[in-house]
Amino acid sequence: METSLLRLEYLKIRTFCLYFAAFYLICQSSHAELRIDVTQGRADPMPIAVTIFKTDEIKNENLGKKISTVISANLERSGLFAPIDPKAFLETSIEMDLRPQFGNWRVLNAQAMVHGAVNINADGRLNVQFRLWDVFAEQQMVGNAYFTTPKNWRRVAHIISDLIYKRITGEDGYFDTRIVYISESGDSDNRVKRLAIMDQDGANHRFLTDGSDLVLTPRFSPTMQEITYLAYYNRKPRVYIFNIDTGQQEVLGDFPGMTFAPRFSPDGSKVIMSLAKNGVTNIYTMDLATRRVRQLTQSPSIDTSPTYSPDGSRIVFNSDRGGTQQLYVMNSNGREVKRISFGKGRYATPVWSPRGDLIAFTKMFQGKFFIGVMQPNGKNERILADGYLVESPTWAPNGRVLIFFRQTEPTADGVTRSVKLFSIDLTGYNEREIVTPLDASDPAWSPLNP
Amino acid sequence: MRLNILALLASVVLVSACAQDQDISSGSSGTGTVASTTGSSSGSGVGSSALEPGSKEEFIAEVGDRVFFGYDKSDLTSSAQSTLDSQALWLQKYPSVRVTVEGHCDERGTREYNLALGERRASSVKDYLVARGIDGGRISTISYGKERPTALGNNKGAWMQNRRGVTVVD
Repeated sequence: METSLLRLEYLKIRTFCLYFAAFYLICQSSHAELRIDVTQGRADPMPIAVTIFKTDEIKNENLGKKISTVISANLERSGLFAPIDPKAFLETSIEMDLRPQFGNWRVLNAQAMVHGAVNINADGRLNVQFRLWDVFAEQQMVGNAYFTTPKNWRRVAHIISDLIYKRITGEDGYFDTRIVYISESGDSDNRVKRLAIMDQDGANHRFLTDGSDLVLTPRFSPTMQEITYLAYYNRKPRVYIFNIDTGQQEVLGDFPGMTFAPRFSPDGSKVIMSLAKNGVTNIYTMDLATRRVRQLTQSPSIDTSPTYSPDGSRIVFNSDRGGTQQLYVMNSNGREVKRISFGKGRYATPVWSPRGDLIAFTKMFQGKFFIGVMQPNGKNERILADGYLVESPTWAPNGRVLIFFRQTEPTADGVTRSVKLFSIDLTGYNEREIVTPLDASDPAWSPLNP
Repeated sequence: MRLNILALLASVVLVSACAQDQDISSGSSGTGTVASTTGSSSGSGVGSSALEPGSKEEFIAEVGDRVFFGYDKSDLTSSAQSTLDSQALWLQKYPSVRVTVEGHCDERGTREYNLALGERRASSVKDYLVARGIDGGRISTISYGKERPTALGNNKGAWMQNRRGVTVVD
C-alpha cells in the first residue's frame, strides 16, 4: 500500500540553518516575527500568496498547479490563513534560487509568500522544493526539498502545508493525516454502514468493507497501520482489528459477550474496550503481544467509551454508576476512580487531547446534544458545537481542531435527515463540513503520518 | 403495530389469568384467549388458524414479540412483564424453539453507551424469561444499540417504540 511504500527523503536546502539564525537576529532587532496566535478565535486570517510551483517540463505543469492548490486549500480550511486569489498575482513564475520581488507581494498585502519548483528526475523520482517568505521582513522563513515517487505528490503538498503552518503558528500541523469513519447509506431503519478512509482533505477516499455487515466506531493505531472497530460479523458484535495494508482483519480475543468501544493505547501495545455481559458493562484491556486480558473496572453499571491520556498513565471513560452517564478518570491500573463531570446533563464519549491538556466530550442536556471540552480535572467546561444530535469528537494530532458528526433533525416521518462530518477549531470558530461521498459518522483522526 | 398493541392488551387479560393459576395448562388456555381476542378484534376470524403452531409468525401474532422501556431504563414495566409471561408460556409449549432477544435504544443517546444499554435491556428480558422457567441455554441476546430503529420520527412516540426488547424466534 501507499503508506508503507512511502519513503520521503528530506534534504535541507543549502544553509537552511544559517538563514534561520540570520532571520532570528533580524527579528530581535527590528521586525516583529510573522506569527499567528492559534489561541485567538477571531483573529483575521493571515493573507498569504501561494504561487504555482514552477516546473521545467510542460508535461509537469499540472503538478505544480495541483501541489500549490492543495497547499492553498489546506491553509484556507484551517481558518488561520487567507490565500490570495492567484489571478491577482503580478508575478506568476518565480525561480527557485532567486529572491521574490517583494514589492509585487506587498501591494497585494500578502504577509507571507510561498513559491516552489517541481521536477521529475531522470530516475523518475519526483523532486519538490519550496520556500516560505516573510514579505515585509523580506526574509526566508523556511525552505525544504523532497524526493519521492510521483504518485505521492499529495503527501508532499500536505507535508509542505504542515511546515508552513508550524513555522507561522509555532504549532505542529495536521494536514498529513487521514480520517477513518463510517460511511452510511440506505433507509434510516436499516442503514448500510461501511468502514471508509480518506485523507484529511477528503482526497484518496476508499471503502474498506462492503457494507454486508454492520460496522461501527473505527479508531487508528498510533502507527496508522491498523484500525480497531466493532463489527457484527455472523451477528456477533465483537472488536476487530483491520490491517490497512493487507486488508486482513481478525477478531480480538474470545470473550463471552459483546466487546465494543475499542481504542489503542498510546504506545499501540494494548487495546482498551468494553465487555457487556449479563446486563453489566466493564472496561478491559488486551495486550496485543501476549493476548493477556485484564479487567479494569468491576462495577454493576455501564462503564464504556474508555480512552487513554496521551502518556498512557490515565484513562477517561463514561459510566452511569452515579445514576446518569458521567465522565470518570482513573489510573491505567483501574485504581483511584474520580468523577470529573458535574455540569447539568449527561456526558459521554470522552477523548483525551493529544496534548494532554483537555478532554473532549459529547453532552446531552434538555433534548439537545453538544460537543465540548474540559480540563482533565473537570474544570473550565466549554461548549464548541451543538445540534439535534452531535457526537463522537476526535482530535487533530496537534490538539487544536476537532472533527465530530452531526445528524440533522429528521422530518416528522423520519425519512429525510443527513449525517455529516464537521471540523471545528478548539476556539469554537471555523466550523466546516468535511465533504464525504455519502452520509458519514464515527470519525477518527489519525496521528501525523510517520 | 396494530397487532402488537392488540397482543399487548390481550396479555393484560392473560396475566390476570396467570396470577390465579400458574400451571402450564392454564397458560395454554391463556394463549388461546390471546388468539381469539386478536381474531375477533381484527374482524376476520381467520388470523390465528392460518398460522403454523410454534412458528415465528404465530409467536408475533399471538404472543407479542416485544416489550418497551422508559428513557435510559432497563427495568420491566408491568405490561412488559405480562408480555413476557405469555412469551414464557409459549416457549414452554414449544420446548425445541430457541430465541434471540434483541436489545434496542432510541437515537437520543450516544452510540457506545446505547450498545451497553441495549445489552442490559436484552439481559433484562432474558433474566425474566429464565425466572419464568425457560432454560437460559435456549435464549441468546444481542444488542443493536440505536442502529436498528423501527420508528423513524423525531418525537417521543417514535423514540418510545425504539426503546425495545424483541424476542426473535430463531
